[in-house]
Amino acid sequence: MSEPAVEFIGVSKSFVGRDGRRQVILDRVDFSIPPGQTTVIAGGSGQGKSVTLKLILRLLDADAGQILVGGVDITGIRGGRLEEVRTKFGVLFQGAALFDSMTVFDNVALPLRERTDKTEEQIRQQVLATLQTLDLSGHEEKFPAQLSGGMQKRVGLARALQLDPEIMLFDEPTTGLDPVMTREIYELFARTQRKLGYTAIIVSHDIPAVFSLADQVIILHDGKMDAFASPDELQWSTKPHIKDFVRTTMGELYQSQLVE
Amino acid sequence: MTDIAGKNALASLGGTGMYILADLGKMSLFLLQALRGLFRRPFRFRECVKQVHFIGAGSVLVIFFTALSTGMVLGLQGYYSLNKFGAEGMLGSAVSLTLIMELGPVLTALMVAGRAGSAMCAEIGIMRISDQIDALECMAVDPFRFFISPKFVAAIISVPLLTALFDVIGIAGGYISGVLLMGVNPGSFIEGMQQSVTNHDINLGIIKSFVFAVLVVWICTGRGYLVREIRGAGFGAESVSRVTTQAVVMASISVLIFDYLLTAIIL
Ligand SMILES: Nc1ncnc2c1ncn2[C@@H]1O[C@H](COP(=O)(O)OP(=O)(O)OP(=O)(O)O)[C@@H](O)[C@H]1O
Ligand SMILES: [Mg+2]
Repeated sequence: MSEPAVEFIGVSKSFVGRDGRRQVILDRVDFSIPPGQTTVIAGGSGQGKSVTLKLILRLLDADAGQILVGGVDITGIRGGRLEEVRTKFGVLFQGAALFDSMTVFDNVALPLRERTDKTEEQIRQQVLATLQTLDLSGHEEKFPAQLSGGMQKRVGLARALQLDPEIMLFDEPTTGLDPVMTREIYELFARTQRKLGYTAIIVSHDIPAVFSLADQVIILHDGKMDAFASPDELQWSTKPHIKDFVRTTMGELYQSQLVE
Repeated sequence: MTDIAGKNALASLGGTGMYILADLGKMSLFLLQALRGLFRRPFRFRECVKQVHFIGAGSVLVIFFTALSTGMVLGLQGYYSLNKFGAEGMLGSAVSLTLIMELGPVLTALMVAGRAGSAMCAEIGIMRISDQIDALECMAVDPFRFFISPKFVAAIISVPLLTALFDVIGIAGGYISGVLLMGVNPGSFIEGMQQSVTNHDINLGIIKSFVFAVLVVWICTGRGYLVREIRGAGFGAESVSRVTTQAVVMASISVLIFDYLLTAIIL
């Protein structure tokens, strides 16, 4: 089997609160994410999904363990080498993290302007095309503060997609979007992934929708991770907390089918 | 009991000492990264121009009025003091030396800290707390090259020019109140100025204005950049507002301290 895109080996992370109490987020976690596939990270709110993504990007430092990206241990690297590793990623933050003093167009064009030799005309065409796929045409000159939450998410998505990354990290890509848009976003993921062949890591609460997309599922619970090779395997798990999780989420699936 | 209290006090003193050291370390690292950002390619020329416009051109009006009133007050004050000794012919020299060596560089730096420094600190602080700096880093775009180092360039260009403007307007103010209002002989005002101001004095003023420019831009951008790591700053909007206030105070005090040091060393 080929080398994992991302691998955690015995990774621990905790935060010390102001009262001195230690909150353990990840407790000696091991997992590996196969390249070219879609891995969904799920789990309750506040379980550490966003923290996990920030560890992969080295926006946070792990307390212990190794984090490998494409075989390179990123814990402890700095400067130019870290920058090199980061060029592999496309990231959508949970809060979109758009540059709020730039227009939508400039936000999406930024990675192209800074990191490629494309001409302004090529950039314009590429950006406008992406904005169109995401149903954002006509909003190029607006500023992030003038957009709805869902639109901001889509602009963040457009920005993340610009550089043909090897690994895409999506933190709740569809929260705040309506069901139609949600489905369109997931179709877009499937389409771009087929085209570009990137590894996708998606954090999502939107379990039923995202399962159709997932090759692998990782459930984060009380500092531990359970990896499942497929959504099916997850469904037949006998671990109590997984069964709980499946029951609630599949219940939602059932309900959403009824509504349709 | 008192023993434990004493130990706790010592421990917290040690903790504060460590915190201050760590903080200084982070600020030094920040300065190094900002300097390195100056030399990374591609250089963002347009961003520099934008910042010169903001820090420099945007401060002209404030500097104009501060300089004019300072100069006029100096002219009046100087006239009354010198008049007692029948030495009002010295007015031109007194006003221009005070402005060029002291008040010009110091007041310009304080004005820039209050007007542009606070804005830079708040801007960077907000970018930090809303993950925008993280987003830049994740695109492998160096935030220093991208928008912090250009602020350094702009400050280093603008502050000395603003200081020169301050000096000129201030001297004109002194002329207005001393010569036009109080009736000092214009010839002796100008001549006193020409004879007493040496290159050495002007150099001192220029060196000061460069040092103050770096101090103000360093402290103001650095505090904003480190907003999440500053003890007692709190979180969110409140942390940015506290850190901004703190940055302007720190920058102003540093300017005053360095003013004394530079004068003592160079004069
Ligand atoms: N910088 C930080 N300092 C202290 N605690 C933090 C920090 N970042 C996150 N945490 C804590 O870590 C835990 C996990 O946070 P995280 O943002 O990863 O949750 P999440 O799984 O993404 O939840 P959600 O689905 O609501 O986004 C939370 O309890 C949070 O309070
Ligand atoms: Mg989260």
